[in-house]
Amino acid sequence: MTIGLGHYLTVAAILFTLGIIGIFLNRKNVIVILMSIELMLLAVNLNLVAFSTHLNDLVGQVFALFVLTVAAGEAAIGLAILVVYFRNRGTIAVEDINMMKG
Amino acid sequence: MIIQALAFYLFAAITVASGFMVISSRNPVHSVLFLILAFFNAAGLFVLMGAEFLGMILVIVYVGAVAVLFLFVVMMLDINFVELRQGFLQYLPIGGLIGAILLIELALVVGSWAVTPAAKTVGTDPIPALEQATNTHALGAVLYTKYIYLFQGAGLILLVAMIGAIVLTLRSRPGVRRQSISEQVNRLRSDAVEIKKVETGKGI
Repeated sequence: MTIGLGHYLTVAAILFTLGIIGIFLNRKNVIVILMSIELMLLAVNLNLVAFSTHLNDLVGQVFALFVLTVAAGEAAIGLAILVVYFRNRGTIAVEDINMMKG
Repeated sequence: MIIQALAFYLFAAITVASGFMVISSRNPVHSVLFLILAFFNAAGLFVLMGAEFLGMILVIVYVGAVAVLFLFVVMMLDINFVELRQGFLQYLPIGGLIGAILLIELALVVGSWAVTPAAKTVGTDPIPALEQATNTHALGAVLYTKYIYLFQGAGLILLVAMIGAIVLTLRSRPGVRRQSISEQVNRLRSDAVEIKKVETGKGI
């Protein structure tokens, strides 16, 4: 019962799918949508590291580090936009965002 | 080997279960807490794969910074979460359909595709054996030399994100009284106190 590449890829695939479903299910709650994006980025990182260790190449881990950086920046900016939006409108429902024209 | 398999199944099961709870939890605070649990177990998977440095960085960056940021924002905003739950079931069929299609596609990719044994030899930066260098050492030796420009670029991205977040959320309210120390220090006695001679028995 050796744990190989396929096992990790399966876990990452399930996590990625959960992230996609989360975006569709929580159409009104931007916070949960941002969390779903974080889940998807985590799944991608899992894939990168799995391939990196399986193919004996460090580049995958370096790239996963950069993905981590971008994920942190994206969360900071996204939450800042969310706070500003809530200050202006008093709600975080995604469906109302299209009223901000121009 | 059996320990490794058990640890993998434990970490994987908890990661997937808490990922499911993140998207289906009724209260966003619970979602964030399950997200933290998912990150911890994903870090366990990383360690299991042999990427200790990334696992620890995952705990520091994701749990220590991102998830706590989420927790702050969720608790700071005064939102009626019951209202936000409406339409959850309405979107369940389409979301479930797309998720199922994607999962089937990914399963086909994972199941029907194999890595050639030759692929292990063409990597540009092979991982040194654990006796020669630890994972952190090997990663740093590559990151600070070969990928230094990308590393600096990642730092720039973080700088831009920080400045952007500050610019977005900073607001100067009109009507707020602030302390002006130089004005206080420069104030003279003659500006503040006025002595009036008051005649006895009369007001001012």
